[in-house]
Amino acid sequence: MAVGKGSAGRMTESTVIPLIKAKMGQSLRIQSLPHGKLRAYFIRLGISEGDVAVCHERLPGGTVVLRKNRQEIAIGHKLAGEILVIVVKKERSV
Amino acid sequence: MTPDDLHARVPHREQHRHVELGFLQQDLSVAKIVLVGNPNVGKSLIFNALSGLYVDVSNFPGTTVEIERGRYKGFELFDTPGIYGVSSFNDEERVARDIILTADIVLNVVDGTHLERDLFLTQQLIDMGKKMTVLVNFMDEVEKHRIDIDLDRLSHFLGVDVFPITAINGIDPQLIDLAVSSAREGTQRRELHSYLHSMLSMMGSQGEALLVLEGDETVADRHGVAVGLRREELYVDRRNRVNYIVNQILRDIHPHNRFSELLGRWSVNPITGVPLLLLVLYCAYLFVGKLVAQDIVGFTEGEIGKNLWEPWIRGVVGSLMPLSSWLGSLLVGEFGVITLTTTYLLFLLLPLVAAFYIALSILEDSGYLPRLATMVDRGLGFLGLNGRAVIPLILGFGCVTSATITTRLLNTEREKTIATAILQFAIPCSAQIAVIAALLAGAGFGVMILYTVVIVAVLISVGTVLNRMLKGSPEPLLLDLPPLRLPKSKNVMRKTYIRTSQFMKEAAVWFFAGALAVGIADVTGALEFLQKAIMPLTTRWLQLPPEAATAFIMGVVRRDFGAAGLYQMNLEPFQILVALITITLFVPCVASLMVMMKERGLKEGLVIWASTWVVAFFIGGVVSQIVM
Repeated sequence: MAVGKGSAGRMTESTVIPLIKAKMGQSLRIQSLPHGKLRAYFIRLGISEGDVAVCHERLPGGTVVLRKNRQEIAIGHKLAGEILVIVVKKERSV
Repeated sequence: MTPDDLHARVPHREQHRHVELGFLQQDLSVAKIVLVGNPNVGKSLIFNALSGLYVDVSNFPGTTVEIERGRYKGFELFDTPGIYGVSSFNDEERVARDIILTADIVLNVVDGTHLERDLFLTQQLIDMGKKMTVLVNFMDEVEKHRIDIDLDRLSHFLGVDVFPITAINGIDPQLIDLAVSSAREGTQRRELHSYLHSMLSMMGSQGEALLVLEGDETVADRHGVAVGLRREELYVDRRNRVNYIVNQILRDIHPHNRFSELLGRWSVNPITGVPLLLLVLYCAYLFVGKLVAQDIVGFTEGEIGKNLWEPWIRGVVGSLMPLSSWLGSLLVGEFGVITLTTTYLLFLLLPLVAAFYIALSILEDSGYLPRLATMVDRGLGFLGLNGRAVIPLILGFGCVTSATITTRLLNTEREKTIATAILQFAIPCSAQIAVIAALLAGAGFGVMILYTVVIVAVLISVGTVLNRMLKGSPEPLLLDLPPLRLPKSKNVMRKTYIRTSQFMKEAAVWFFAGALAVGIADVTGALEFLQKAIMPLTTRWLQLPPEAATAFIMGVVRRDFGAAGLYQMNLEPFQILVALITITLFVPCVASLMVMMKERGLKEGLVIWASTWVVAFFIGGVVSQIVM
């Protein structure tokens, strides 16, 4: 998996992180979803690769609630570890 | 529009059918209208309004597993489980898929506040070539949230008619007639359409061809063809098209923090969510545990059941035969089929179960449960469970029997087994909790803490052990969180009525059978023999008085019976601890066992049941040997 690093090799704004590492309020671009059935579920619910969604909640155990427009999707910690995202905006949009 | 006019406008049934539907196989001359939509979009409300039949309405994604069929102006009308797409990822989808495949007309219900999500299914139905109309529901909320939807343009993009509705305020039959008569195929991608038609020689219909192309193994098997590999490509395409349409027709979204949104956040985050859960549970306790279980049941069971009904029926039976005869005691004795069963069913269970379902329906319709499931998902993962399992576990504190039924909403057999076992082992039901609490209060704070620690430890152990023993791992949580909505009392009462009557119908038979079995054991002396047989266990291993054996035997029939039996004995604080631990872990009540065998199968049910005997006496004995 190509990890987005700056030209000097430093971690930059476009660094790819697993969703589980995202912080509350961050806008995230979905970089990669797990394959198979789960991927189909995500696409149906309105989340596909390239979309931007907000990390609406990040629970202590790693469970994440993603929000895209009015749609809220809860994602368990294991699954959140398999989804790769890029932080596109850091401000909290609570 | 008269029914004849309507029928004249509706296309005739398609003749090619390859789907075997069992009970759905019906009169081929009658056209079939099917309601399809995502979970919680109001399909069931529309179904009820049209067919006049009662049907289960549910808010937790995917709980409407049973299919409801009704009649509307001579058409057959079907409700389907809420689904996000047509495929065979789970039972609901498989059921919905087969009904959709045989539908002549699809009424696609979508949530106006969630178009981006809902139109995926709409576009898939269009791609299947179904004759359909779209009903955009929740228009009241759309207006309230100042969402501007251009319905004409939506209709233009989809190629089918689109009607705005607010189902909760009632359904205009004229609008439905219009929706049915104007149903037609929507706009399909030309390339896909021709490709699907080239497959028709092997398939029954365009819909089946699409599903095969999208990798549906069941449909492919039916036609003896290889599954297609284009799911991903078609899904992404469809998603892009839906996003494009939504961008074109949806304007002026004013994002704002409403109270319900804030409450939604609070209920998911443990810091605010746990106090909120405690508040919810406390309210449920006040209603179910206090008002109904104590005050109302106290009156119905104590006054009506024990003081009016039982003496009266004993008098009637007594005039026909001596009460001490074996038939007399079987009918109206301590475990009498007429006395015990009627009192329990009508005067104890009926009010309890109704109250319980009112509380459950309110929780479901509010959209709170999926949020609770999200909050506890991580914790339950250690027990091999998905967050959804919190629902049966919490319900278990009300009534283990009905909670066992709700394990159906879990996705895998593995999780159903674990949840059922935890329920049967370590969750005391409300009837038992009342007696346990009274006993513990007398035994002191230290005993209370020890008791709680032991029971929680067993609960965690049962989950952990089964999690290791059973193959597989917990399903990952991926849950659509519906908006928090204020439940409508009409809906809550209708749901409560359907569920309560279903429960009573199912429970009645088992109660009669259970009472009869114990009654026979009583008159034949088997009950007494059993009490004597386990006596060494009670006196030596558990170090309890000999009468405790009777309490345990009674506990087999009903858990609170057992606890109540202990209440009448003079026990030392540590004896109370041992006795309560044993009786809590001990076998579930007869009704619960019956339901468990029905849900989980005879073998698994009996294994769990037998294990509770072993574990209860083992743990109780170990605690007894340590503390005394």
